[in-house]
Amino acid sequence: MGRLLNEKAADALMERLQEQYDVFAPRLFPGTGCYSDTDVVRYGQISSLSEIVWDKKSEYSFKETLLPISDTVFYFTEDEVKVPDAPRKRRLIFLRSCELCALKRLDGIYLKNGFADSYYERIREQADFVWMCCEESFASCFCASMGTNRPEQYEAFARFTDGKLYLEAEKGLLKELLEECGQDGFGEEASLNAVYPEENQEKIEIPESLPEDMASHELWKEYAGRCIGCGRCNFVCPTCTCFTMQDIFYKDNPKAGERRRVWASCQVDGYSDIAGGISFRKNQGERMRFKVLHKISDFKKRFGYTMCVGCGRCEDVCPEYISYLACIRKVNQAAKEARTNEQK
Amino acid sequence: MDINTKKAKKNAFRISKERGITASRVRVPGGKCTADVLEQVAAIAKKYGNGSVHLTTRQGFEIEGISLDNMAEVNQMLQPIIEELGINQAEKGTGYASSGTRNVSACIGNRVCPFGNYNTAAFAKRIEEAIFPNDLHFKIALTGCANDCIKARMHDFGIIGMTVPQYDPNRCVSCGACVKGCDQLSVNALRKENFKIVRNEEKCVGCGVCVTKCPTRAWTRSEKKYYRLTIMGRTGKKNPRLGEDFLIWTDEDTIIKVILNTYRFVEKYIDPTAPGGKEHIGYIIDRVGFQEYKKWALDGVELLPETIVKDNIYWSGIHYR
Repeated sequence: MGRLLNEKAADALMERLQEQYDVFAPRLFPGTGCYSDTDVVRYGQISSLSEIVWDKKSEYSFKETLLPISDTVFYFTEDEVKVPDAPRKRRLIFLRSCELCALKRLDGIYLKNGFADSYYERIREQADFVWMCCEESFASCFCASMGTNRPEQYEAFARFTDGKLYLEAEKGLLKELLEECGQDGFGEEASLNAVYPEENQEKIEIPESLPEDMASHELWKEYAGRCIGCGRCNFVCPTCTCFTMQDIFYKDNPKAGERRRVWASCQVDGYSDIAGGISFRKNQGERMRFKVLHKISDFKKRFGYTMCVGCGRCEDVCPEYISYLACIRKVNQAAKEARTNEQK
Repeated sequence: MDINTKKAKKNAFRISKERGITASRVRVPGGKCTADVLEQVAAIAKKYGNGSVHLTTRQGFEIEGISLDNMAEVNQMLQPIIEELGINQAEKGTGYASSGTRNVSACIGNRVCPFGNYNTAAFAKRIEEAIFPNDLHFKIALTGCANDCIKARMHDFGIIGMTVPQYDPNRCVSCGACVKGCDQLSVNALRKENFKIVRNEEKCVGCGVCVTKCPTRAWTRSEKKYYRLTIMGRTGKKNPRLGEDFLIWTDEDTIIKVILNTYRFVEKYIDPTAPGGKEHIGYIIDRVGFQEYKKWALDGVELLPETIVKDNIYWSGIHYR
């Protein structure tokens, strides 16, 4: 059982939510696109549930609600170090199924890959999630192929249908607040199913195994000339977790400063630079190969599931129209050809 | 054949080199029209012209090979075009009411171009509405960004789109795409300091390249649209030259006021013996001095606090006379 909320009822719920939570969801940032008079849908704090954008896929993923783009790890003076305080309030995050699946990948990297990352852990513990059901698949989605079209587990889900917001929670604070809304006469009791796209327009096959010489395959070469190395594909990806460290010495007082960790991209110059001026993967073809194989193969070797969740954001954002889907299809073709050759 | 050539010219018909033959000049503000307009231009060319249409340098159509006898009929056929383009007109069915002030032309702007900082055609239309019909010789062009593809600087008024880049350091990943973009494509106004970006405000031309290059939305455009107004560029026999900056970081309302003020200035100072009542504004300013012009141009204008006004302007160019 859940509640079907019109705008007024949703406002009443939001008022209660905000006492406990900072609420994050995909919302419109008007006029902030790359090009003049273009908008961006990305995750941000909302003050009304009507701000949630349902009819478009957010350009950037939910990950910045847990992993700030530029995050101060500690402040330092000559003899003291101070770790910034954790956010004061819990976070309620509305997100799609692919992103709930991406959350599992983020947890894998930050909590279960050796020791737990305390910065991620403290914000993660304070976060509750609401699955935003996709009534329909968006153009570049291929979640069904990746098995991420519905989350493995969820505590609450939301639907937006006929101008009304439906919310259902199995447990926790949201369940309590929804019940409170019921007692106060906001919204109507209803029982809707969680829905998800059974299939997408884009279908993809991920090769089970890759030929040994995949890394030196011809197909990577074209990307050396096409990719401009802007890193958008990484920045919009819900499962890319790389960061770099920056030590800042304050301009007015270089004896104090801070250490930040900042999102990094394996496509941008500098990512694989090491001491001595050495850089691995100098050309964009090699970088594309590194990224794609990591998403569909290398990560899986360690964690048992693919990194890619099939959200298609990298497909949508590339200014050079480099299709990640087309690339996977080429890899798949190469894998098939290699198997056929082996059998001969 | 008895034709008042002065009236015909002001009705946007050319007196051509071939006796008895004219060409109809169809003004298209901002160079934006529908395919329907194209079809109607084609219909006129087929019915009254010789089937040939010239695409003019100012983004109009010149329908060639029309008999001077058919001007009234052509004006009738122009009516739906005039209405669709929203051209100011004193009386319906009488064609274009003036030709002295030239078509307000524009690059394609932000409707299509990634660099465009505003809707050039929409602003062109706004200027068209404010200044037409008018027989004084004014040339105005609008361009979306500092690339100036329309060559706005060769006009009496050149309007160049600008944006004040807004920087959110919390979204910046120090990838350097903006710094590289600004260096390679623009004026090198950005540098890195403590892994974040510092913009040299004096150098920045507001082109918006940093915004288009930023992969994380750390750089965005200002909510307000800004313009650089360049003045008194020209081609011609005596002293062709590029327009110089007059107002930087100005807005649409101010530009319209300055243009309208300039019409008043010209009415006051134009050489009464000028052939056809047309004298290039630039030559009038050369004669009476920039300071006098500035007084007129900024009369009653409330500038934005952020607008830079040039104290004086010294044009150069080639002097043949």
